[in-house]
Amino acid sequence: MHGYAGAILRVNLSTGAVSREPLTEDLASNYIGGRGFGAHFVYREVPAGTDPLGPGNKLVVAAGPFSGVFLPSGAKTSLSAKSPATGLYGDSNIGGHLAAELKYAGYDALVIEGKAGEPSYLFIEDDRVEVRPCAKLWGMGSIKTEKALKDELGDEFQIAAIGPAGENMVVFASVNHDIGRQAGRCGMGAVMGSKNLKAIAVRGTRTVHVADMAGLRKVANEMFAVLAANPALKVWQDQGLAQVTTWSNSIGALPTRNFRQNFYENAEALSGERMRSDIHVRDKACFACPMATGKYCRARHRGETVYVEGPEYETTALIGSNCALGSIEEVAYANYMCDELGLDTISGGSAVAFTMECFERGIITKEDTGGIEARFGSLDAFVEIVKLIAARQGIGEPLSRGVRAAAEAWGGGSEDFAIQVKGLEWSGYESRGAPSMMLAYMTCDIGAHHNRAWAITHDIAVGRNIIKGKAAKVIELQHTRPLFDCLGVCRLQWVELGLPLEYYARLYPAVTGRQDSWDDLLDKSERIWNLVRAFGVRERADFGRADDQPPRRFYTEPVPDGPLAGSRITREDLDRLLDEYYDLRGWDRNGRPTAKTLERLGLRDVAAELQALGRIS
Amino acid sequence: MKLDLDRCTGCKLCQLVCSVVSFGENNPKKAGIRVVSRLFTDARYDVVVCDQCGLCIESCPVGAISMEDGVVRIDADTCTNCGICVETCPNGAMFVHPDVDHPIKCIACGECARLCPRGVLDALAGVGKVAS
Repeated sequence: MHGYAGAILRVNLSTGAVSREPLTEDLASNYIGGRGFGAHFVYREVPAGTDPLGPGNKLVVAAGPFSGVFLPSGAKTSLSAKSPATGLYGDSNIGGHLAAELKYAGYDALVIEGKAGEPSYLFIEDDRVEVRPCAKLWGMGSIKTEKALKDELGDEFQIAAIGPAGENMVVFASVNHDIGRQAGRCGMGAVMGSKNLKAIAVRGTRTVHVADMAGLRKVANEMFAVLAANPALKVWQDQGLAQVTTWSNSIGALPTRNFRQNFYENAEALSGERMRSDIHVRDKACFACPMATGKYCRARHRGETVYVEGPEYETTALIGSNCALGSIEEVAYANYMCDELGLDTISGGSAVAFTMECFERGIITKEDTGGIEARFGSLDAFVEIVKLIAARQGIGEPLSRGVRAAAEAWGGGSEDFAIQVKGLEWSGYESRGAPSMMLAYMTCDIGAHHNRAWAITHDIAVGRNIIKGKAAKVIELQHTRPLFDCLGVCRLQWVELGLPLEYYARLYPAVTGRQDSWDDLLDKSERIWNLVRAFGVRERADFGRADDQPPRRFYTEPVPDGPLAGSRITREDLDRLLDEYYDLRGWDRNGRPTAKTLERLGLRDVAAELQALGRIS
Repeated sequence: MKLDLDRCTGCKLCQLVCSVVSFGENNPKKAGIRVVSRLFTDARYDVVVCDQCGLCIESCPVGAISMEDGVVRIDADTCTNCGICVETCPNGAMFVHPDVDHPIKCIACGECARLCPRGVLDALAGVGKVAS
């Protein structure tokens, strides 16, 4: 099948059974790849009520048709499972070199089931697939694990590994790859840990065949040339996503002190320029990418010198300004600690900031923290807290289940400033002054993540106080952006360097031989969106509108300072946004897809299943 | 020949385009160039590619390797894939692939240099120009 390796590798860790299933026409055509494959397998094979940290959950590791193919940055792997953070469908993606290598080994996706009897890693080299015991790696940091496996297997093996946090099933444990790239969100690392799966190692020597190589070369060469000629490319090569920090601060969006503020008075110390001048060592790219946003950096703290890829924007926002750290080097050191422990820097930063606010308000005390002075600005406190989280000791135990669970444990009104939606901590854009971005976080299918609809530029373009009409843009982005995660290609070249979508539309038939227009692909993306929503509806009788709410802080506290001082969004505004959004999607006002909508999208069986359960009308 | 290795980001586009140009395939293991990560030890990348030194020519027992216009080429029809040149190469720049019946090496076509986003491989394009 053109553009695909043509096989799904299914590995049952309980029995050791390994099987290769041919990629079906239905799967390729309707679910495209990456996140689409994840949504398909998780919906169809993980029934309601499955323990996300039990052997019944399944981890899907999927490339897309563009992965490993001659075009800019076909580098994205999606990891999908039922999320231990949200209890809903979750996914997260990694750049680097894993997606391409998986395709070269002959697989479009791995479906990993069951639980290994002992700590193990999955070894894949073309047709050779083995579940190998690895007791000596258990307990090791994720970066050290990658090094150990590369030392043993060779540099051409691509490694995805978890750290102690994943082993201990912290619900925001990450999967690390290529030293500093993470599938950070939704606890995919915890799912691996629950399966006794320390790592995946893959190397392949096969060819990914495409439908029209001459056509592909023509389009891809145009894309590479357009990117090379873009004067903005240099800034991306120099600073990567770290450049976003200064901009975000200037527009009043930079999470600061657990999202109390959206402006950090010390943001200059965390800027991309300071990253470049103070700690940068090497530029580092994902597969076939001219942007090279990875920034390999050095950080020193208390006599220790460490190397880490990053900090990029999200890490700087959630660990830096949100915990009020003092320098980019401090952020880099904290970034290293999270990466090595195997913690998502977004949720991890948010968990520490939440702890600091609870401490400063007296909701928890030094008695609770075991003596840690958990005050904003303290890197030492940050390090001690994330170690406790990874080990699930002391305050780290409730925190290891996310800020929603920690707020339940600690009380004192802390749920108002537990900054999350659906149990997933909010990523790097404070949105009281950006209604479409707010709506994007509320309705993001995996919880409060920006990647589905980075709508903040739309708010700035059309007016930040406007409510009406914002839902349509959010929906458009929620179909367009995840399409990149299906195709297995990075979207930054489009989002940040303005590479027209038309190029991607031209790539699709050249790679796959399929004649879908971009609009056809967007329809498929909408189907996947609704399938993910249906997973929640099937999962819980009370799933719906209540799951799409931001924390109370955002509609009860006006922004205290900075460029948006005094601005706020009201409860009524949020309801108007949601009503408009649900109406446009063809969902009821409780946020459930109607049978008619599911049938329109070709999900007749899903509609029937949810109707039989009495969940939809 | 001096590559500007300090600028290499490890993206491997050179390997990918080499397989596209040489075999019409997406397969960076079928390439006459390799990017090697030295991040763990030296915080840098290496690129392994032929510098056209020609030591392999004498090593070939069947005379399949020759120098033309400064570029060392393997005649695939003559080559027996014995592997002696692979062992001889001081740079480790002769690559083997299970599906290809001869070693794969750089023929200085310049495509990777043209596409390299950081100009790491400009010196290779120079060799190509000499060749043409």
